[in-house]
Amino acid sequence: MTRVFVPRDSGALSVGAEEVARAIAIESAARGVDVTIVRNGSRGLYWLEPMVEVELESGRVAYGPVSADDVSSLFEAGLLTGGTHALSLGATDAIPYLARQERLTCARVGIIDPVSLEDYEAHQGYRGLRAALALAPEKIVEIVTTSGLRGRGGAAFPTGIKWKTAAAAPATQKYIVCNADEGDSGTFSDRMIMEGDPFVLIEGMTIAARAIGATKGYIYLRSEYPHAHRVLNEAIQAAVERGYLGERILGSDLHFDLEVQIGAGAYICGEETALLESLEGKRGMVRFKPPLPAIEGLFGKPTIINNVISLASVPIILDRGAEYYRDYGLGRSRGTLPMQLAGNIKHGGLVEKAFGVTLRELLYDYGGGSQSGRPIRAVQVGGPLGAFIPEAQFDTPMDYESFISIDAMVGHGGIVAFDDTVDMAHMARYAMEFCAIESCGKCTPCRIGSTRGVEVVDRILAARGESGAAAEEQIESSVVLLRDLCDTMVAGSLCALGGMAPFPVLSALHHFPGDFGIPSLAPVA
Amino acid sequence: MKAPDRQRSKGMLPVMTLAPWHAAVERALVRYEKRPSALIQILHAIQDELRHVPPDAVPVIANVLNLSRAEVHGVVTFYHDFKSTPLGRHVVRICRAESCQAVGSDMLAARARAQLRIGDHGTTADGAVTLEPVYCLGNCALSPAMTIDGEIYGRVTPERLESLLGALSRTGTVQP
Repeated sequence: MTRVFVPRDSGALSVGAEEVARAIAIESAARGVDVTIVRNGSRGLYWLEPMVEVELESGRVAYGPVSADDVSSLFEAGLLTGGTHALSLGATDAIPYLARQERLTCARVGIIDPVSLEDYEAHQGYRGLRAALALAPEKIVEIVTTSGLRGRGGAAFPTGIKWKTAAAAPATQKYIVCNADEGDSGTFSDRMIMEGDPFVLIEGMTIAARAIGATKGYIYLRSEYPHAHRVLNEAIQAAVERGYLGERILGSDLHFDLEVQIGAGAYICGEETALLESLEGKRGMVRFKPPLPAIEGLFGKPTIINNVISLASVPIILDRGAEYYRDYGLGRSRGTLPMQLAGNIKHGGLVEKAFGVTLRELLYDYGGGSQSGRPIRAVQVGGPLGAFIPEAQFDTPMDYESFISIDAMVGHGGIVAFDDTVDMAHMARYAMEFCAIESCGKCTPCRIGSTRGVEVVDRILAARGESGAAAEEQIESSVVLLRDLCDTMVAGSLCALGGMAPFPVLSALHHFPGDFGIPSLAPVA
Repeated sequence: MKAPDRQRSKGMLPVMTLAPWHAAVERALVRYEKRPSALIQILHAIQDELRHVPPDAVPVIANVLNLSRAEVHGVVTFYHDFKSTPLGRHVVRICRAESCQAVGSDMLAARARAQLRIGDHGTTADGAVTLEPVYCLGNCALSPAMTIDGEIYGRVTPERLESLLGALSRTGTVQP
């Protein structure tokens, strides 16, 4: 029996993986060969999807991008014995894009059958939880703190501190909530974990439950991820059946129940307090802080709310130790970050590396430059609230502090590339428009400011095409107004949506003034 | 033969003709716990079955969950997934967020509007197709992305879009 891997990851499905899997089943049946098709997650080399792998004694070899029409010629070429074909990629682990990564959090994604507990256990699964169960809860919190792990959702708040606060809060009921409302454009690492290795998230949440004394967990999943929903439900079911969820987990006194709740299409629900409101069945309106969710969270009870990647990084920290994880990275950015290459990029995909790799390495050494073949003019890092970064700053290392020093943010690690056809004034308008569409409406700077922002950029766009003193005057006064408006939003908004939507606008103005019809600023010393 | 007079046969009780949506709403309410926190899941079940949440159903849901009508209406109108008028039989969602914009999704959306002769959020006159913008499908490494009835497509070219939309029309639903 030969094992053949065809991803069930939704990215792979979007380019025909289902048809490929079907064709392989039909072809192998017709040839009377014994093949087991494993539906794995994606390795994250999306330009090669659907990527088919075959397990040989020497390891796995890959072919891609495979279409259903290629299947018969692949069998003809000896697919099951690793035969050579025009689509051959050689040994999967030796593909440079993969070989040069440091996959800690995403170590199993694309390798295992995501819903097979046996597969998960055979690949170091549940070792973190076993280690955690032998420790006092305070010790778990201490290890997570020592590892240097910071919130991977974007805010980069130290995870251990959050846990310590929730652990210290006295309550009869506490909750673990996973923020799986991955709404930032250019990001898909949460989705890849959930579709490719859901048990690592479940294990991370179970360890968190042990650390703070919670008995109930929720994964708040965006409705745009139906495939992740299916995989998570299958995995939770398997974990319950095997005693990894429910009462007396692994024979201990730990009791933890977990369920998935689906959002309903609202970007703001990625903001932790809006998410809690939504979990309670309400409009996703941002709450005032304090109280912190760690003290008064879901249904008023102490709640840890962490991003998928943060929680999925916990098992390896408990298994290998805080120092092992902390030894990756630099400065105050410890460990690895699953970065995502997207937009106008030749080799889009997942690159998990220690903090410190530069944007230029990611864009060119991994990404292979733009998909269109034109120069990359700007990248937006960290989603719709992240700054636009010009070519001159591509040597900035990816770490939290270096990005802050250039008025940008790492966020959730999404990198969206734009070629030289991009109109940065148009992108500034979009940033305001997106904020207007997705604002929860609770605070005025965000609710009204974003709409006024669209109007002001529209005036600039209209005047930009005109010549003469009146148009120049219009642009000049509008830019002053736009900066002023951004200032109000940054200083006066309740949460990051209104408070950070101005960053792409201001960075576009700063780095690409010509697109707004204004002369370049004096070079900054 | 004259149909029996049901009103009289039931004595003093007036005949309550149930609206066509009633059974679907009841199914959704039975399926979930009658707690306010289940509201969004209940609305999803109704939306999935009826392709919208009928405004007349709002007081019924409110009553069962012990919420005010305003609270239920507020939730229905807050979230993009819930509609007060029915979606078309097919729903086409084209991603309009930055990653897809970087490879021409605005142009794809314009082509879709022209081919279907509707605007964003519009539904064709025969109720066959609704066109919606969506802000990120998480398929950003394979931009531009779109979904048709929940099925996801990546690296969508203008030609692919045209044939996919054409296939919807060939099923005899979209009038040229």
